[in-house]
Amino acid sequence: MASERYSFSLTTFSPSGKLVQIEYALAAVASGAPSVGIKAANGVVLATENKHKSILYEEHSVNKVEMITNHIGMVYSGMGPDNRLLVKRARKMAQQYKLMYNEPIPTAQLVQRIAMVMQEYTQSGGVRPFGVSLLIAGWDNDRPYLFQCDPSGAYFAWKATAMGKNFINGKTFLEKRYSEDLELDDAVHTAILTLKESFEGQITADNIEVGICDANGFKRLDPATVKDYLANIP
Amino acid sequence: MSIMEYNGGCVLAMMGKDCVGIATDLRFGVQGMTVAYNYEKVFDVGPQLYIGLPGLATDTETVLQRLKLRVNLYELKEGRKLQPAVLTSMVANMLYERRFGPYFVEPVIAGWDSKKNKPYLSTMDLIGCITETDEFALAGTCSEQMYGMSEALWQPDLNADELFESISQAMMNAFDRDAVSGMGAIVHIIEKDKVTTRKIKTRMD
Repeated sequence: MASERYSFSLTTFSPSGKLVQIEYALAAVASGAPSVGIKAANGVVLATENKHKSILYEEHSVNKVEMITNHIGMVYSGMGPDNRLLVKRARKMAQQYKLMYNEPIPTAQLVQRIAMVMQEYTQSGGVRPFGVSLLIAGWDNDRPYLFQCDPSGAYFAWKATAMGKNFINGKTFLEKRYSEDLELDDAVHTAILTLKESFEGQITADNIEVGICDANGFKRLDPATVKDYLANIP
Repeated sequence: MSIMEYNGGCVLAMMGKDCVGIATDLRFGVQGMTVAYNYEKVFDVGPQLYIGLPGLATDTETVLQRLKLRVNLYELKEGRKLQPAVLTSMVANMLYERRFGPYFVEPVIAGWDSKKNKPYLSTMDLIGCITETDEFALAGTCSEQMYGMSEALWQPDLNADELFESISQAMMNAFDRDAVSGMGAIVHIIEKDKVTTRKIKTRMD
């Protein structure tokens, strides 16, 4: 078939040397729901908005915070369906690593491999870049890790960061609030406060999602636990 | 005659207290004809990490080269050295990828696990079925003799010198009863932060 013979990449340079497709992808991320990640002394927290358009929506049925392996979790800002593909690929890569080396995948390795997938989608024919940025939280070598992975395939290691809508305000807020010796509980508190900065309406346990990662592994907090954290927030 | 015995050769490894040793004979032959007596079958693939690959010599070389490729890629990608257990898993996978047309080698892996800070010893069959042990592991043409000698000479918590003696005696007295193994041996004794390599002279007939 002729369409199979020629399949050009949609991501091509503009005359000024920019890849506008990637800039559009970043725009999709920047208009997506906010998410926050903070690294504490004894763990990492991921938090995101999960607001529903209608009261008829069944809460807690579709999740944004996902576990990849026991010790790694992920959250995204941007397009949900794109994220699902990356979660699937990440889980598979983590298991393949475990199968090959009989050792859980180091967070840095998983991030590198996810970034590789995202980069592929900027150079391959017939595909578009992912419309998501990821926050990946992990625990290995007895220490926490927090990475961000962008549609271009670029990745960063953060102490704390925010993505999605109003991410600049979120980052400014974190710069003021962050300290190196934060405990995980305080980090969860700060993460929720950061979301609250730009939150329209009332934060409840039903419209945010929180995940934590520490020496015991990654877990998504259930609404009851989130509610306890919210109780301490004015 | 089995293809595993075409070139002859054997490897024996034993665990001691805070040390592990691995030894290889030096014969390389083609059936009954001895071609060389400087053919080592134990190779270092990392700091304090050795792999013995007795079996069909052509596969010994191929497996070693393909393994080095994987080890180098691992070290570059991950920015760290391999732990012995990781190497074991890596080799086992490599062998199982050829499940239905295997490399005719039976690897023995000995090294220092710097994470758990203790010696490590494992072996596997030619399609990568792993056995981890803290006693002794062996493979090669005189395996029956080596089993007998090791059962007699190995005991728990041997120190480095005793371990050297046990390995050398077990190895030598086993391969002297085998026409296609022997002609000298090389023994590596791996300790926390040093490896002692000795060559032992044995019967050359």
